[in-house]
Amino acid sequence: MIADLTKKDSLLASLSSLNFSDENEYFADLRNKAKAELETLEFPTSKTEYWKYTRVGKIVNKSYNIAKVEDIDITPYLIPGLNANILVLVNGFYKANLSKIDAQDGITVLPLSEAKNLAQLNAKFCSLTTNKEEVFLAVNNAYHTDGIYIEVANNTIATKAYHILNITTGNNVIALSRNVIIGGKSSQVKVIESFINENGNENFVNNVSEIFVGENANVEYNKIQDKSNDNYHISTEQVYQEANSNFTINTATFNGAIVRNNLNIWVDASNCETNLSGLYLGQNKDHIDNHTVVDHMKPNCNSNEVYKGVLDHESTGVFNGKVFVRQDAQITNAFQQNNNILLTDTANVNSKPELEIYADDVKCSHGSTTGQIDEEAIFYLQSRGISKRNAMKLMINAFAKDALANISITALADFIDTKIEERFTK
Amino acid sequence: MLSIKNLHASIQDKEILKGINLEVKAGEVHAIMGPNGSGKSTLSNVLAGREEYEVTEGSVDFEGADLLDLAPEDRAKEGLFLAFQYPVEIPGVSNINFLKTAINEKREYHKQEPATAKEFLGMVKEKSALVELDSKLASRSVNEGFSGGEKKRNEIFQMAMLEPKLSILDETDSGLDIDALRIVANGVNKLKSENNATVVITHYQRLLDYIVPDFVHVLYNGKIVKSGTKELALELEEKGYDWIKEEVNA
Repeated sequence: MIADLTKKDSLLASLSSLNFSDENEYFADLRNKAKAELETLEFPTSKTEYWKYTRVGKIVNKSYNIAKVEDIDITPYLIPGLNANILVLVNGFYKANLSKIDAQDGITVLPLSEAKNLAQLNAKFCSLTTNKEEVFLAVNNAYHTDGIYIEVANNTIATKAYHILNITTGNNVIALSRNVIIGGKSSQVKVIESFINENGNENFVNNVSEIFVGENANVEYNKIQDKSNDNYHISTEQVYQEANSNFTINTATFNGAIVRNNLNIWVDASNCETNLSGLYLGQNKDHIDNHTVVDHMKPNCNSNEVYKGVLDHESTGVFNGKVFVRQDAQITNAFQQNNNILLTDTANVNSKPELEIYADDVKCSHGSTTGQIDEEAIFYLQSRGISKRNAMKLMINAFAKDALANISITALADFIDTKIEERFTK
Repeated sequence: MLSIKNLHASIQDKEILKGINLEVKAGEVHAIMGPNGSGKSTLSNVLAGREEYEVTEGSVDFEGADLLDLAPEDRAKEGLFLAFQYPVEIPGVSNINFLKTAINEKREYHKQEPATAKEFLGMVKEKSALVELDSKLASRSVNEGFSGGEKKRNEIFQMAMLEPKLSILDETDSGLDIDALRIVANGVNKLKSENNATVVITHYQRLLDYIVPDFVHVLYNGKIVKSGTKELALELEEKGYDWIKEEVNA
């Protein structure tokens, strides 16, 4: 008797052409362990609590192919006025010919495939991603193609930001990129990753980044998701913070048929600061889901989380933010906020802020609002001679721009502000 | 300038204004006084164009235009200004950005060139000094975190920037201490000219010591039941509103 192929089997079958035979034994073994884990996992259904509001059927019922691409014009995707190192991934493969890196002492930047020859990667790689019981994470563990490795040595401050262009092109392409970012002791680095789709339909990106923030280090990761409407994106950042470190992540999602962001931050030492901000602007039938976890394990840390959504047409937003404050994590300040504006009666949002506190000397707050634009404020602006349309525009812009105030790269902040304005100048 | 004839208005089918008649000419200051619930705020809201109020009868002519036919923003562009009793806080929208948008929309409406950055900043500097508004407040979000007095001064600052023909001050004195009151009144007086007019809506005579009205009207139960000069305000302060009610009900 031949068993029916499951959806998982057929998705994995589309990855069978990938050949990792040139990897060393250590990494081959990691892949095999991940494949074994995959055996035990299934795609989430509507009964899976953690995926309750995001159905992945549309993603997993399709077949995909692996596609290497020779050349692509990246100039439309560069950020005006940004002086950064450029790292290009196309369909999950590194493009050395399109990348442009200024070497800096103390900083190692390589495609992940080459970084696997560095002994220091072994201890870190997959340490934040193994046995997490998340099927898409396990798929990436087992089948990731290539990605970016950035290691900043102790006491090194990166003079330029690193801009990763993560591009898909062609139709029905699956891209499994994998990044590792390591900030050494007292180091500082800023990374931008833009997820872009060029003329392709029904592409699926399942990417993972492992980010290690060393003692007293300062790491900023900015993520821009701007893929056209019928593309799917499941994205996972696993972040580990050591003592006195500062980690900031800003996520701006401008569209996507299904976007799911999984952000997990382990704050495993004292005196850390963690900032998580997000902005999602849904339109048409977009579905944008942000799941975040901040796990405060040690005392004297602060986390600030602000996610804001503006949902137009028939789009859906999902926010699930969880903050753990473990028993040891006394004197934690954890602040979490999710605000949404629905522009139509058909747009909707599911917001679930969660706090789990096991320590007794902490300051934590969370809040969630969903509403229309404040009519009183609109009337106030109108009474000063501003048309209703412009009043709405002022209000939405103000609401949206406020969400990403933590971006420290001016050219990037301007770029995002301009994109917000373009969206609401209709 | 403003001619209100037999104005009736209701909210949620409850009639609040029951036939208001009022003539305001350029250069004049009118005070509208009255007990709580007499319809003072409804009158200002109807004139500014708030949608919840339904005008059931009557007309309002403003400089030859049918005011009630205009959208709220067009009323403002034609030169009407309402200083709110409760100015709204608008997080994230800067005072400056908002006023620049307002002024340039108004200029466009009147087919004028937009204000240059230099011209605009010059205006901000001059007009904020008029109401002793810290220039830092001018660049903050509209009314966000402002004290009561700062909010009211911000209203008069906006009025100064927009240079309206007719200003309606809705209970601008409520909640103000005497220093703030003096600053606000002083600002209003400096903006007064023979080409513009002011309607002051207030419960208390105190404000009228500082903004001296040419005419005082008493609004009661949705109608103007008595009109006079500034002496009428003093009489109301001394005797309260009961004698008016008795006169009307007699």
